[in-house]
Amino acid sequence: MNIVVTVKQVPDTWAEKKLDAADRTVDRKSVDNVMNEMDEYGVEEALKIKEAHGGEVTVVTMGPAKAVETIRKALSMGADKAVHLSDDALHGSDALATSAALAKVISTLSPDIVITSSEASDARGGVIGALLAERLALPQLTQARKVTVDPAAGKVTIERLADNGYALVEASLPAVVGVVEKINQPRYPSFKGIMAAKKKPLTTLTAADAGLDAASVGLAGAASAVVTAEPAPPRSSGTIVKDEGDGGTKVAEFLAAQKLI
Amino acid sequence: MAEVLVLVEHADGEPKKVTAELLTLARTFGEPAAVFLGAPGTYAKAKEYLAQYGAAKVYVAESDDIAGYIGGPAAEILAKLVGEASPAAVLVAATADSREIAARVAARTDSGLIWDATALSADLVATQGIFGGSTIVTSKVTKGVPVVVVRPNSTAPEAAPSTPAEQTVEVALSDAAKGAKVVDRVVEAKSGRPDLTEAQVVVSGGRGLGAAEHFALVEKLADTLGAAVGASRAATDAGWYPHQNQVGQTGKTVSPQLYIAVGISGAIQHRAGMQTSKTIVAVNKDPEAPIFEFADYGLVGDLFNVVPQLTAEIEKRKAG
Repeated sequence: MNIVVTVKQVPDTWAEKKLDAADRTVDRKSVDNVMNEMDEYGVEEALKIKEAHGGEVTVVTMGPAKAVETIRKALSMGADKAVHLSDDALHGSDALATSAALAKVISTLSPDIVITSSEASDARGGVIGALLAERLALPQLTQARKVTVDPAAGKVTIERLADNGYALVEASLPAVVGVVEKINQPRYPSFKGIMAAKKKPLTTLTAADAGLDAASVGLAGAASAVVTAEPAPPRSSGTIVKDEGDGGTKVAEFLAAQKLI
Repeated sequence: MAEVLVLVEHADGEPKKVTAELLTLARTFGEPAAVFLGAPGTYAKAKEYLAQYGAAKVYVAESDDIAGYIGGPAAEILAKLVGEASPAAVLVAATADSREIAARVAARTDSGLIWDATALSADLVATQGIFGGSTIVTSKVTKGVPVVVVRPNSTAPEAAPSTPAEQTVEVALSDAAKGAKVVDRVVEAKSGRPDLTEAQVVVSGGRGLGAAEHFALVEKLADTLGAAVGASRAATDAGWYPHQNQVGQTGKTVSPQLYIAVGISGAIQHRAGMQTSKTIVAVNKDPEAPIFEFADYGLVGDLFNVVPQLTAEIEKRKAG
């Protein structure tokens, strides 16, 4: 199995995130940056598929030079090699341009399966799996809470999360699979894994290397533009009451006063 | 006036409330044209509702292939309509399925995509709360037909009875659209409660509940209020409640009239998914819990005493 998994470096989940004052892209300078937490599930699933069926896991990311830290993490978890698409011209790319750029790189890797996660914690679009399926003209197996690969039959089946249960969805390989959190328990990199990661092959590509037209990516190629960006008015705390045995009644009185019951 | 395509959100033909919200929003800057995609015979159940909320036109595409495959069919049909109708915009609801369809439509039509809009002005400037609602951004699509994914509960639906012109759309799908085949749909939990993202009232439980069986307290309170049930990530990670009900940064974002947080500390992970709720009530035994920093009404106390008392008091008031 030739397995490709996409990852993204994002501001730490617990950090107060901001937009850059100058170009209104996500401010990555004032915060710690980490592998998007959801992507850990994607990397884990890729590794599990490799362990079950053999093959190779290639990590693909697009991001600034610093994003190599996230690649290293994926490699230290056990991925075999990585491709890092990195170019100043890509800065500010929207989801549409990012998916087109990633698809271009991924198609050169001839994957049997492309794994992505449900969303990145910074932009929260939740669309990259669908967009990669669209760009690569492959089946869209997103929102997967369980993935079963049958390489002999050339098939993959998922349980797609639905509001009241799930849909069982199957496709022929190659396919794009988007996983949700709780699908697995991502492993921690071992010391051995961290040491081994340093020697694993890493290819860095510029936009030109990847065959991308500079006008179609980055802020220049974005299909939408920010008009204004302001901090939300702070939500102040209201009435805080200590329970004296009639707390439930007190809450009901508040709700009634607000005409909520 | 240019058409505004509104993708009808429905369950086997029964329209979701967000559809009325989108039609109401569409009317503020164009002529609402509903796009109904569903299995054969399902449109009949939506027809009256779409007319009531002012659809000037309805594009009806009925085929077993639409729900039979993930992503491809809906995107292909909707993108084709965008090409033919040259609408002012395409509006879809911010649900897991529809946002994926919207993204594919934007890619196919080389258009801009905006997700999780909470408002859209007549000149198509969208408002979004990003980073869990801590920054308010307005933005505009600069390319193609704006494809805007709108959060439920963003617009108050207003009836505007009409007699929509119906146009049957022939469903002729490419093989590529039929890659991800749905072989079964399994219902695990049929609660009878409203959809989490659409509900006017949400009652959520967290770590403070201590065990799966204690969610019964939350469910009972929710049912008294006709509310949906949510859960914090701590509760779903512990396996106490289904992942589908998770509210927060890696779960659903809700914006109800009333949000009651039971035994939830209110860390950024959770806050990001509910802080735009109109009124927030919190019950937590820890007076230092961050949720008390932004709750409208906070009760410091033992939820095992407070919640049953609250449920009983609401029932009493309803009976009275």
